[in-house]
Amino acid sequence: MNSPWTLSDVLAHHKMRWWEYLGVLFALACPWLFSSHAMMLNEIAITALFAVSLDLILGYSGVVSLGHAAFFGWGAYSAGLFAKHINNDPLVGLLFSLVSSGVLGGICSLTILRGSDLTRLMVTLGVSLIGFELANRLSGLTGGADGLQGVLMGPVLGKFEFDLTGQVACIYSVVVALLVMVVLRRLVHSPFGASLMTVRDNRLRAMAIGVSVSKSLMVIYAVSAAVAGLSGALLAQTTGFASLDVFSFERSADVMLMLVIGGVGWLYGGVIGAMVFKLIQDQLSSLTPQYWMFWIGLLLVVLVLVGRDRFLAPFKGGRS
Amino acid sequence: MLTLLFDGIAYGMLLFVLAVGLSITLGLMNFINLAHGAFAMMGGYLMVIMFKHFEVPFLLCLPLVFLLVAIAGAVLERTLYRQLYQRTHLDQVLFSIGLAFMSVAAMDYLMGSSQQNLVLPEWLQGRGEVGEGAWNLGFGYYRLFIIAVCACLTIVLQLILSKTRFGSQLRASVDDPTVAAGLGIAVNKVFLLTFAVGSGLAGLGGALGAEILSIEPLFPLKYMIYFLIVVAVGGTSSITGPLLAAVFLGVADVMGKYYIPKLGGFVVYVLMIVILLWRPQGLFSRGGKS
Repeated sequence: MNSPWTLSDVLAHHKMRWWEYLGVLFALACPWLFSSHAMMLNEIAITALFAVSLDLILGYSGVVSLGHAAFFGWGAYSAGLFAKHINNDPLVGLLFSLVSSGVLGGICSLTILRGSDLTRLMVTLGVSLIGFELANRLSGLTGGADGLQGVLMGPVLGKFEFDLTGQVACIYSVVVALLVMVVLRRLVHSPFGASLMTVRDNRLRAMAIGVSVSKSLMVIYAVSAAVAGLSGALLAQTTGFASLDVFSFERSADVMLMLVIGGVGWLYGGVIGAMVFKLIQDQLSSLTPQYWMFWIGLLLVVLVLVGRDRFLAPFKGGRS
Repeated sequence: MLTLLFDGIAYGMLLFVLAVGLSITLGLMNFINLAHGAFAMMGGYLMVIMFKHFEVPFLLCLPLVFLLVAIAGAVLERTLYRQLYQRTHLDQVLFSIGLAFMSVAAMDYLMGSSQQNLVLPEWLQGRGEVGEGAWNLGFGYYRLFIIAVCACLTIVLQLILSKTRFGSQLRASVDDPTVAAGLGIAVNKVFLLTFAVGSGLAGLGGALGAEILSIEPLFPLKYMIYFLIVVAVGGTSSITGPLLAAVFLGVADVMGKYYIPKLGGFVVYVLMIVILLWRPQGLFSRGGKS
């Protein structure tokens, strides 16, 4: 970032551009345009939201996390259990997951304030592994390795039942994802968002100009965890199922890859990455289902070797 | 009780040999290599292939595995790893996860997804017992062999690091690569050698552990967390730190799984997080350096 940013620059950036409106319209139209692939679209919307939540901490705050699936999994299981035992209204469940994941994220944020990148990697990875172990061992509650089954959701807003083709589920996920995106967009373009980027770029200087580093990191970590939990909840609600793999290391790694494909540090990176990733996965895994992992690995290695900014530099308007 | 302690120590020593290469490369180049387990897996598979299918004598297999994996490590260092030393940690993490994923799928393709079994030579099978009652110590000969080999390796490593010219060059490069380069130490060459030896040791660890740890394609991901714990908790500034951390981890893991099997790996992860919160640079580090 070469030119200094003033507050008015930051706020001017907050105005939606024309192509952003187009994007929103397109996203809203998708469930009807591609209604035969509704399940796939549903998955893309959910993973996109998850990738965006990782971008909040990785791209905007510079915290490398290998265990973001912890919150995704927490959201999925909490939504599933909430629907099963307390109330099966989707929106109430969503709110419950959002708040509980946010609180969990707030607590976990204490673990990422100190230490080097390696320490943070280990701690975040550790948290997701603990989640995995808990979900696995508390089989009475979570169903253990078989996954949480028998989650029956009520209709959305009391009117729209989830159907077998997945169109309602898909519209539901897309709308929720869009709403969250609007809120997050406002957040990262606020003065708070700008102070976060200062923390990312130069922590010492951020402290010197009076940014409260620990507080900003804790807040954004909690927000990010809440959004991740929300996407997990969407997955559990729309598929009526939560399995151990929501906590898996592969999920954390995959979401990181998506974010990197789409570009780190601008909200749409996660969305683009999720779309590209899911489409490639769909194609490649139908060719060689068993060795799909090899291709992800190769993609990662090539991306890094070529330089991950080079793919996207033309689209990001020169700032990175 | 003592038997468990013994098994734990054997497991811990094995973890140390597996992870020490990672600890040195991390300390030396500040490079986070999540693909370290791939070298260990390679060692395990080479061991199984050589010992089972070509019937190479057991004791000859071990140095051969070490050499082969070290060469592979050196080649990879020259071609791929070297380009990433100056990059951000995020790039390094992505790159090495990519490598680990590729190794998993490639092994699956080459050797099949089933677990490989290694039948030990006869002189390593069987158990001995010492002592009576509460102080009864039962030990498998193989674990005893592992402890002996690992202890020798540790002593040799420590001697190399503290007494030889190469050792002092290595320590100087770890402490401050820029100044070391300025003093005429070929830091790149030091690193190439260290990386190769570290990978070779990981391979040797995989070969030694082929019977205890399960050698299967998912090995690099399954044990990645253990290597990282050893390095993060032990710190990167010495080899005694990782050694103590590895033995501690091994004992804690074996004991935890024996006494409270319901919790599984839970104990270890919680312990790690608590330790890292308390001492972010690792338990045994001299502090300051990250």
